[in-house]
Amino acid sequence: MIKKTAAILVLLGILLAGIVILSSCIGAVSISVSELLSILAHATGISDQVNFKPQQAAVLLNIRMPRVMLGVLIGAGLGTSGAAIQGLFRNPLAEPGLIGISSGAILFTVLMIVMEVSVFKMLTTAIGFYALSAASFVGACLTTMIVYRISIRNGKTEVTTLLLSGIAINALSGALTGLLTYMATDEQLRTITFWSLGSLGGASWETVIGILPFILVPVIGLPFLAKSLNSLALGDAQALHMGVDVRKMKRIIIVLATIAVGASVAVAGLIGFIGLIIPHTMRMIFSSDNRLVIPGSALLGAALLTSSDLIARTAFSPAELPIGILTALIGTPVFLYIIITERNKNKL
Amino acid sequence: MIEVKKLTYQIGKKILLNELSFGAKAGELLAILGANGAGKSTLMKLLCKEIHPTAGEIILRRRNLTDYKLPELARIRAVLAQQNTISISFLVKELVMMGRYPHFEQQPKAEDMEIVRLVMEQTGIMHLSARDYNTLSGGEQQRVQLARVLAQIYDCPDACLFLDEPTNGLDLLYQQQIMELARSLADRGYCVICILHDINFASRFADQILMLKEGRKVAIGTPLEVISCENIHETFSVNVKLMPCEGYDCPLVIPATIQT
Repeated sequence: MIKKTAAILVLLGILLAGIVILSSCIGAVSISVSELLSILAHATGISDQVNFKPQQAAVLLNIRMPRVMLGVLIGAGLGTSGAAIQGLFRNPLAEPGLIGISSGAILFTVLMIVMEVSVFKMLTTAIGFYALSAASFVGACLTTMIVYRISIRNGKTEVTTLLLSGIAINALSGALTGLLTYMATDEQLRTITFWSLGSLGGASWETVIGILPFILVPVIGLPFLAKSLNSLALGDAQALHMGVDVRKMKRIIIVLATIAVGASVAVAGLIGFIGLIIPHTMRMIFSSDNRLVIPGSALLGAALLTSSDLIARTAFSPAELPIGILTALIGTPVFLYIIITERNKNKL
Repeated sequence: MIEVKKLTYQIGKKILLNELSFGAKAGELLAILGANGAGKSTLMKLLCKEIHPTAGEIILRRRNLTDYKLPELARIRAVLAQQNTISISFLVKELVMMGRYPHFEQQPKAEDMEIVRLVMEQTGIMHLSARDYNTLSGGEQQRVQLARVLAQIYDCPDACLFLDEPTNGLDLLYQQQIMELARSLADRGYCVICILHDINFASRFADQILMLKEGRKVAIGTPLEVISCENIHETFSVNVKLMPCEGYDCPLVIPATIQT
């Protein structure tokens, strides 16, 4: 079983590495794999040879690589936190976008943009992104707490309540965000529009460095809670009987998962469905064991978002599709499939 | 093994358990009987450290329950709760392995695998090993949960096992199998405490019976000592008749309205 888990993770890692290389090579300026390697070797000082055009190096190092890295980070963050949140709510339908976490994060990001002019001016620096990530983390945390408190009764999630409170939170955040947009100046409006569309287009090394800690901590930390999350699937009391400090663990999971969601929203806006379909795919193909689902969701989420972004920027080149459209296009059929199979399972 | 001293639990002004004292030794099966709302589940939660007593104390293996850390407690006592629904589907073998979670950090050791195999054999669920838990029948699910609980304390023969209505919703065959398993565990040295509804099951399998009413102790003792029309009337507010039963010391309890 250990070997199987390790083998699957290695396989997913190879898949991700392949997609990262592919994404780095394909684009308006095409770069071959050997050119890619020699650019990297030259940039890191391993080799002095210049077997590439300077334009290729500039595109790769300043535009494409940060964008690919951002895709990897956000995909990993959304995948892991989606898996953890589903485990926490003990419900496979819990997804950051669906239950209002992302919209809470957006609200606080927009609030930050509109209210805090001084921070807004530093937005393109790493510190600005830290501040925005922190704000959207607070928003995400707040909505998670509210939805969690409302939908958990006697240690069980009530699906109807969960979805209804998600809808309510989404509507409320949407309305408040709309109000803020109404109050915003033209310059702020442009920034807000960019955020709410969901795009990796704003990628730079600053954004990558800005969200790196907010993604790395959850992606590395959450797998350590996988065993406890497995026992939580049996119930709060059952997990407690197995020696899990349930309250403490829940708090840690909420914080870690919302850090990742918050940071993702802060730099890339609302990217839906990754947090829902990735953990589901892991469970359907492999196993429900969170020791596999959580790290696997990070790898698969990174792979899906990076490849979606590759399609988004090359399909109608030079025009660019918002990535949210692509993830929704892939996500919705999968989501419907899950609902239908769940319904059929309950019928038996 | 377990000493309960003047245990009281109170929410607001409502007293759910009132100065309850009793004890259970290793190798003993203690059955708890009582009407709905008598405080059985509250007592179970207190014994499991799910909630903390308002007054009184619980001594487990000569140490106060409050002195135990949760992971430490998980290695010496296991609990089979009443509600066992899971929304994310796990395979039976994965679920039973969860019982070993308190004993390893990230990945199971060889002995954990061996224990999982043994308990699955003992509970007769080996053939379900690769099945999805949610597709099993109620009786099968209950046996899987029992296997998980058993795995948790398998290598600790002087551990405690708490069962909250383990026969609930099961047919007669499964009820009997589960009670026989509980009995054999007590015979192997475990201290088994079990909430039951069926008085005859309790007197057939238990060493001691504790009767509760409105958070108070009505009686405690061997089945022969406590099974009487008066005690049962006080506990359940029903009239019963006792009928001697061939081969057993303890009489059978039957509803009094049935004329014989």
